[in-house]
This record gives sequence, C-alpha cells and structure tokens, in this order.
Amino acid sequence: MNQIDARGYSCPEPVLMTKNALKKGLPLQVLVDSMTPVQNITRFATNAGYQVDCKSVGEDYELTITK
Amino acid sequence: MGKLKQHGFIIAAGLVVGVIAAVLAFLGNPVNMGFCIACFLRDIAGAVGLHRAAVVQYIRPEIIGLVLGAMVMALAEKEFNVRGGSSPMARFTLGFCVMVGALMFLGCPLRMVLRIGGGDLNAVVGLVGFAAGIFCGTLFLKGGFTLKKSNPQPVAEGLLLPVMMVGLLVLLLAAPAFLFFSTEGPGSMAAPVAAALIAGLVVGALAQKTRLCMVGGIRDAILFRDFHLLLGFVAILVAVLVGNLILGNPVNFSFEGQAVAHTDGLWNFLGMLLVGLASVLLGGCPLRQLILAGSGSSDSAVAVIGMIVGAAFCHNFGLASSADGTTAAGRIAVILCLVVTAAIGGANLKSQKA
Repeated sequence: MNQIDARGYSCPEPVLMTKNALKKGLPLQVLVDSMTPVQNITRFATNAGYQVDCKSVGEDYELTITK
Repeated sequence: MGKLKQHGFIIAAGLVVGVIAAVLAFLGNPVNMGFCIACFLRDIAGAVGLHRAAVVQYIRPEIIGLVLGAMVMALAEKEFNVRGGSSPMARFTLGFCVMVGALMFLGCPLRMVLRIGGGDLNAVVGLVGFAAGIFCGTLFLKGGFTLKKSNPQPVAEGLLLPVMMVGLLVLLLAAPAFLFFSTEGPGSMAAPVAAALIAGLVVGALAQKTRLCMVGGIRDAILFRDFHLLLGFVAILVAVLVGNLILGNPVNFSFEGQAVAHTDGLWNFLGMLLVGLASVLLGGCPLRQLILAGSGSSDSAVAVIGMIVGAAFCHNFGLASSADGTTAAGRIAVILCLVVTAAIGGANLKSQKA
C-alpha cells in the first residue's frame, strides 16, 4: 500500500503531496490531522475521478484513495 | 455530490460577508473598510501605543470577534486543534512582510475585494498584482516549498491569542486613559462596538466553517483547477457591490477620489504582489491567519503578531501609504520585503517530500 503522512503540514501542502503520491500507484493512504486537509484532499481527488474513503484514527484521519 | 451542495455553503458565506461589510461601512466604518484585517491590526497596534500615527488608532472589535467567532465554531465542531512549531520565525517575518505590502496598497486582500465592490479601480490593479504574487508563490510550492510540520502543543499555546483578544475587548470597553483612540481620520470612523463585535463573530464563525480564504481561491485555481474557494471570493464582491448600492454607500467606478486609497498603480501592483506571495508561503491570507489562530494554530498566531509588529514599523518609519500617495521609505521597504520573502521561499525548498 502506497502511504503518506501529511500530518502537520499547512495548506495546500497535503493536497500537493497527495497529487505527487498518486503518481506512484493506488490505493493511496493519506494520514492528516485536521478536517481542512480531509476536505481539500477529498475535493481534489473526487474532481480528478478517484474514490475517497475517510475514517478517524484517534485524533487523526486516514484517507484511502482508490480508482 | 451535487455542485450546489458542494459549493453552496461557501457562496452563501461569501454573500453574508459582503453584506456585513457593506453594513459596517454604512454604520460608520471608513468607506470600503467594512473589514480590513491589515488596517484593523494596524489600528490596534496604534491604540496600544506601538505606533503614534494619531489618525489610525482604535481597538477594532471586528478583529476580536473574528478570532473568538472562529474559536467558538472550532470548539463546536471539535476542530479546535492546538498545533504549532512550524518555522515560527519565518512565519513572523512573512506576517511582517504581508503588512508592509498591505499598507503600501492600503488594504488586505479582503479590503481589496471590498474596494473593487465600491468601484475603486486602483484595487483592480492591486488584484492583478495579488494574482501575480500568488502565481509566484505556487512556483515555490511546486518546487517543494514547506515550512515543515506543525506538532501538537500544550492547550495554552492555542489559547493565548484568543485570551489576548478578550483582554483587548476589556481594554476597549474600559477605555483607560493610557490607550490611544483617534479623534480624526480613519481610526475615528467606526461602527458601534456591539455591531462590529457581532459582525466579527459571525464572519469568524463562517470563515472557520467554510475555510474562506482570499489567497486560497486564486492559489487552488492555479494549482488544482479547483475553484471552490474562489467562489467565496466572487460572492463577497457581488454582495458588497449590491449592498453598497442598496445602502447608498459610495460606488464610483474610477481611479481618482477613492477613500483611503492612492492612485500609484505600480506600487498598488507591487504591494499586493508582496501580499500574495508572502500569504501563499504562510498558507493563507491575513483573514485566514486570524481564523486559524482562533482554531488553535500558534503558528498563525505568530504570523498575526508579525503583522501587528509590521504595522507598527510601517507607521513609526513612514512606510505606510496614505490618500496622499506612497512614500520613498515605503517603496524601499516593499522591495526589501520582496527580497526577504523570496529568500525565505528559496531557503525552504525541498526537492523530495515524504
């Protein structure tokens, strides 16, 4: 599984990191620590035609991006 | 997800912000200055004596409301997340530079939009510079610019700036003699305290909920072809224009004779270019920094303090423009701040990100 940890980065870095990581293969798991990147990444990935699943992991959020 | 469902809330929030801005100007704020984060932080710096420009000193309740409104919304949504430690000195310096650029132009990005909605064509020139600055900022981002990770911090880190805002509110209401309140000029023009405070609280809460950001709109459109935040920007513009017309606020489409503005196109362009570039590196416009500071980000709180100190410097050393035009010292300061901002950008590039 392709994984990145985008916790703690300010906007729009988590989205840029996701964009770059998507080139390395699916499914992609992205870890973030607030709702803002959750929404930004979901919007970006959905607009680009991907499916996004989100679940809470403790205080963080884990996004799984698939085609 | 339907388009309206996806974008409806930010458009509605933008419309509300625009209407509230028009109402604040109607109730006594300076023309096209329903909200101006740069001008209002500058007024606060003056009120507590950090600068002695007698015409721009007042504790603006809007700022207090924005931070506290964001905090209440963040707490209600369980999004009050205390984080910090991501390059605080770079953020302080970038906040300082944002203020130098904003006071060259005479307004933060939000006031730029409000000025356009009042017919001020100088602000259109500013908008072009702002977009150019954001474009430069996206080049740094694409090159791997990062101020590194923030990390969880003790709760007090996230509470200090909101507590300071409560302190400012107490000072405003008590009005002790050691404070400075303008008796003439823009600093003396203000909506009633209660109206301004409520306006700030409402806009702060809406901006926290929707992530409204003047910089983010253009930035995301360039980087991702994502126009979500830009819709908020456009909604503010439309609402303030309509609001001004309904309330009878001045709307004259011209360069000359605009309130708290000057007609020096090159420096309106460069001032907002600096604001756009430095704000992209900070991760958001001055409004967004206030909102994030209210949501627990001590990094954004540091950027806000940088803006306040920048404002004090601008007025202590004659860097700020006025209706009479720009100053030589201000033009030099904008160039220096552009160099410093670009240097911070260049020094924090990283070719490979995790």
